[in-house]
Amino acid sequence: MNKKSFGNKLIACPYIVWAAIFIIVPLIIMVYFALTDANGVFTLANIASLGRYKKAFAISIVYAIIATAITLLLAYPMAYFMTKLKVSSQKMIMMIVMLPMWMNFLIRTYSWITILANTGIINTVLGKFGIGPLKLINTPGAVILGMVYDFIPYMILPIYSVMSKIDNSLLEASDDLGANAFNKFKRVIFPLSRPGVISGITMVFVPSVSTFYISQKLGGNKTMLVGDTIEYFFNLGPDYYNIASAISLILMVLIMISLFVMNRFSDDDSGGVVI
Amino acid sequence: MQKENIVELKDISVAFDGETVLDSLSLDIKDKEFITLLGPSGCGKTTTLRLIAGFLEPDEGDVVFEGKKINGVPAYKRQVNTIFQRYALFPHLNVYENVAFGLRIKKTPEKQIKEKVNEMLKLVNLSGFEKRSIGTLSGGQQQRVAIARAIANHPKVLLLDEPLAALDLKLRKDMQKELKKIQEQLGITFIFVTHDQEEALTMSDRVVVMDGGKIQQVGTPQDIYNEPENAFVADFIGESNIVDGIMLKDYFVEFSGAKFDCLDKGFAPNEAVDVVVRPEDVDIVPENTGMLTGVVTSVSFLGVHYEIIVDIGGFKWMIQTTDEHFVDDKVGLYIEPDAIHIMKKSKYSGLYGDYSSYSEELDLLSEPQEVEE
Repeated sequence: MNKKSFGNKLIACPYIVWAAIFIIVPLIIMVYFALTDANGVFTLANIASLGRYKKAFAISIVYAIIATAITLLLAYPMAYFMTKLKVSSQKMIMMIVMLPMWMNFLIRTYSWITILANTGIINTVLGKFGIGPLKLINTPGAVILGMVYDFIPYMILPIYSVMSKIDNSLLEASDDLGANAFNKFKRVIFPLSRPGVISGITMVFVPSVSTFYISQKLGGNKTMLVGDTIEYFFNLGPDYYNIASAISLILMVLIMISLFVMNRFSDDDSGGVVI
Repeated sequence: MQKENIVELKDISVAFDGETVLDSLSLDIKDKEFITLLGPSGCGKTTTLRLIAGFLEPDEGDVVFEGKKINGVPAYKRQVNTIFQRYALFPHLNVYENVAFGLRIKKTPEKQIKEKVNEMLKLVNLSGFEKRSIGTLSGGQQQRVAIARAIANHPKVLLLDEPLAALDLKLRKDMQKELKKIQEQLGITFIFVTHDQEEALTMSDRVVVMDGGKIQQVGTPQDIYNEPENAFVADFIGESNIVDGIMLKDYFVEFSGAKFDCLDKGFAPNEAVDVVVRPEDVDIVPENTGMLTGVVTSVSFLGVHYEIIVDIGGFKWMIQTTDEHFVDDKVGLYIEPDAIHIMKKSKYSGLYGDYSSYSEELDLLSEPQEVEE
C-alpha cells in the first residue's frame, strides 16, 4: 500500500516539478509585479488604476461570450450528428475537425485576412457581380469569426466525446417510455451531454477572453482587447511590467469567477427536470 | 377467462448482415399470460422482444398488436414497455424522476404523478427511496426501479429482457416470485426472455423454446418438460438421457438392446426414434431384476440426491437417486412405461443426451455467464 502510493507520487513527480517551475513561480512573480511599483515597493496603485481599461475588459468579455455562444450553437449539432454516423465516418470527421489545428495558429489567422480583406477572396468574387467591396476585415464580426474558427475544435471534442458515451439503451428506454425525438433530446440527450458542454464552454471562453493576436490581425487596431492591452504594456518595457501584471491578475480573477459561476450550474445534478 | 391474442408474430424473418437471426417465426401471445422465450445465446429471443418493442423492424412478416399490424409504428407510440437487461435507468435523474419519466412525457398532472410514483415504489418495496440517485442503489434495487418505471405507464404488455441475469442466485429467486406476483396483481401480459430453464419453468404460463432463430416448442412448463418435441428441447430443459431407439409398434419400443412398453403411439412400424428418459425416472435395482444392466462409473453427492453415471453398453446414463451406490457396482435399471418419452428424429438427434464426457465442473463453466448485447 505504502509502496504503491509512493510509486504513484513518483509518477506525478515530473509534472509537479514542471508545474512548480512554469506555472506556480510565474504566477507568484505576476502577483508580485502586480502589487508593487517600479521600485519593488508594495502598492495597490496598479490595481486601482485599472478603471481606465474597463472598456477593454468589457469588450473582451462581450466578444468572448458571443464567440462562445456561436461556437456552441455550431458545435453541438455537429457533435450530435457525428455520433449518429458509422464509427469509421466518425473518425474521418473527427480528423477533419482536428485538421486546422495541425497548422500554426498565426497562419490560420493570417489566412482569414486574405479571405476577408477589401481585396480579399470574398470581395473579389462579389466584385465580379458588381457588389461591394464589403467592409469585412477590421470589424468586430471578423474578430469574433476568428475566435470561433480558431477555438471550435475545443468545443466539438468534449461534447462529442461525452455524447458518444451515452449508452444506447438509455435512448431506447426513453423511446420505450413514450418520448418522441424532441422529448428524448430534452430529457435525456441534453442533460447527459451537459458535462461536455460545460468543459467545451470553458475551453473556448477562456482563450477567447484573453486572446490578443486575433483582434490585432482581424480587428485592426481599433478594438483593444484585454489581451492586446497586456501585450502593449509588456512591449513598452520593464517599467510597465507592473501595470501589465495587474491587468493579467484581474483578468485571471474574472475568469476564475466566471468558471466558478458556471460550475455552480453544472453541479446542479439534483435531477430536477425543467418542465 | 377470455383469452384473446394480444400480440401475434406472423412469419417473421430477420437477418443482420446476411446472417439469419429469425427464420419465419410465428407466435401468438395471449392477453394476460406470462410467456417466456427460452433459449441459448444467439437463438433470437432478444431479437423477438425488440421486434415487439419496436426497436427493430422485421425484414419479412408482420407484428400484430390487438389485431392491428404495427410494423413501422415507432417504439414511443407502442403500448408496451420494456425492462432492459442492464436496466437502462437514467443516471441524471433520481429514483422518483426515473419512475415519473413516462408520466411526465404524457403531461400527467403533478399530483397524479406523485400518487402514481408512490404507488409504484410501494409495489416494488422501494418507498422512501424517492430522492436517492441511481448510482447509490444496489443491483436488486435498480431492478425494482426499472420495474416501477416500466409499469407506471400502464403498458398492456411488459417486455422483460433477461432482467434477472445480473442478480445473485438468492435475489434472483426472490425477484422471480415478486415478478410473478406483480404480473398477477396487474393482470397484464408479460413476455419474459431468459436462458435459464429453471426460471422459465417456475414463472411461466407458457414457455417458447427457441434455437437457431426458430421456435422448437411452445407449451406449458409441464408439456415442455414431460413431452419434449426433439432432442434439443429435451436436453435444454433439465437433464435427460437420449438414446437411439426403434419404435417396433404402437406402445412398444426397443433401445439399448432391450424392449420396453411405453405410452407413445403414432409412429411407423420400426421407425427410428429418439428416446428420452429423465434421470429421476430411472430406478436402480439389483442386477438380476433390471431391464437393463450396467456398471457405475461415477457417483457425485448433491445433497438432495446422488447423481450416478451408469455405463450401459458404452452409452453413459445419468441417474438421480437417493440411495447410495459405489463406483464399479454392477446394477440393474428399471424404467416405468410412463417414464419413457419417444420423439421423432430431428437435426438435433445424436447431439445431446449422452453423459460420457459429463463433468459437473464443465457444466458449470459452460453455463452462459450472460450479458448478451
